[in-house]
Amino acid sequence: MTALKERRWYGGVLAPEVRYLSARLEIRSIFAAINQALRPSPCIWVLTACMTVSQLAAAQAPPVSAAPAGRFVVVLDAAHGGDDAGGRLGNGQAEKAFTLALSVRLRSLLAARGIQVTTTRESDATVDLNRRAEIANHANAQACLSLHGSESGSGVHLFVSSMAPVQPARFAPWKTAQAAWVTRSLALAGTLNSALLQAGMTVTLGRTSLPAVDSMTCPAVAVEIAPERDAGKKPIAELDDPGYQARVAETLAAALLEWRTDAWRTTEAHQP
Amino acid sequence: MRIPRYQTILFTVLLVASVGMGVALWQLRERAHQRLLSGQDSAPTQAPEVAPSEQATILLASDADGTLLAQAQSLPLPQDPGARARAVLGKLLDMYAAADAAHPVPGGASSIAQVFLLPAQDGYGRGSQSGASPGGRGSQSKDPMQMGPELAVVNLTGAFVASHPSGILTEMLTVTSICGTLHANLPRVTEVRFLVDGQPRATLAGHADLTRTYLATEVVPHP
Repeated sequence: MTALKERRWYGGVLAPEVRYLSARLEIRSIFAAINQALRPSPCIWVLTACMTVSQLAAAQAPPVSAAPAGRFVVVLDAAHGGDDAGGRLGNGQAEKAFTLALSVRLRSLLAARGIQVTTTRESDATVDLNRRAEIANHANAQACLSLHGSESGSGVHLFVSSMAPVQPARFAPWKTAQAAWVTRSLALAGTLNSALLQAGMTVTLGRTSLPAVDSMTCPAVAVEIAPERDAGKKPIAELDDPGYQARVAETLAAALLEWRTDAWRTTEAHQP
Repeated sequence: MRIPRYQTILFTVLLVASVGMGVALWQLRERAHQRLLSGQDSAPTQAPEVAPSEQATILLASDADGTLLAQAQSLPLPQDPGARARAVLGKLLDMYAAADAAHPVPGGASSIAQVFLLPAQDGYGRGSQSGASPGGRGSQSKDPMQMGPELAVVNLTGAFVASHPSGILTEMLTVTSICGTLHANLPRVTEVRFLVDGQPRATLAGHADLTRTYLATEVVPHP
């Protein structure tokens, strides 16, 4: 039970090590069972010692990246879903349906541009916040977007974790894992901001604390889409406007394409 | 078997005494009740104490550009820090409940159930010396020199949270404007935590994290 809890707590950050140590413990218990059944013999002791030494040496090695070098992966997290409907949008649509539709549209656009996409949900399913971060962390992504919708404000709101940047460490606490990636997340937000401004949209930048984003080990930005409003706060493009949705999705896809170019240019994209 | 005479007399005397004492007790209870009722006077005997009006700084949020704007407001402010905190937050939420608010949030001043001021964890180790001060009735340490940084625990009503608009921006602005307004008027308040109906809650309306401690000193109003 404790082992399970620990594995969940570390999630994607330390999963390779945790899995490896579990395997090592299982092998040890097998040898212990053989010892008990067949009586200890010098041969088995030597084998056990060799196995333990070799595996301890391997445990010291850095974790192997889940993604091959050079692969560019984007994680799309359609917020809410299932029992969690999120906010109620202007036309009565639930936020969970809006975010899923945007995620599907954006995934198609990115796939058409040759970008590999991992999504946290593909249907109206409840996905735990920790599970969302686990999916993102296992994908070893170069960009993670948490998609939201709201009737408040105007245009697109971009949020980066409010945690102070820290130096990357081998052991990252689950709840503050994003701290080592905040600098890259701010750079990603900058790229998205430039693209959205060029597309003539209103952009609001901010820092906030979102549990799922704070546990992600990738450049992560929460993207909240609100109706586009004029100076008199009158909506000129509602959230249920297919043209507005398409414009936002295409702009985000173009920005991620630019981010990929930047990421390949700098080696920092793969490790903080 | 015949009961002796003296036992019959003793039983009768005790029975009469018991009944007599019961009647006396009932009469005493009735008299005490009447005395309490006659002493209760609903008419005010003392004029309510009105705190003098003072200038308070309210950090008003704007949904249009996601900023906080400091605005001076004159309002009656009690001397007690807990009641003072509740008064400024009440004013802030009254302004959000107004029809033309730039950050519309229904509820108003009644959305703040209590504000508790506690010594912050980094408050020079004086945590055990001064107790909590519930809004309006608490007492703070008398010696100002003994006061360190404080943690404000804002207890919101469930009705306010249920009616709060959902969204990262709007929720973040509500939380940061509450933190900034508290710090602007009570500079010793450096940290803020939130409760809803006295219980911890994961988010305000699905987004803003209410389980963490917010640093009020980090909130910077728009110039």
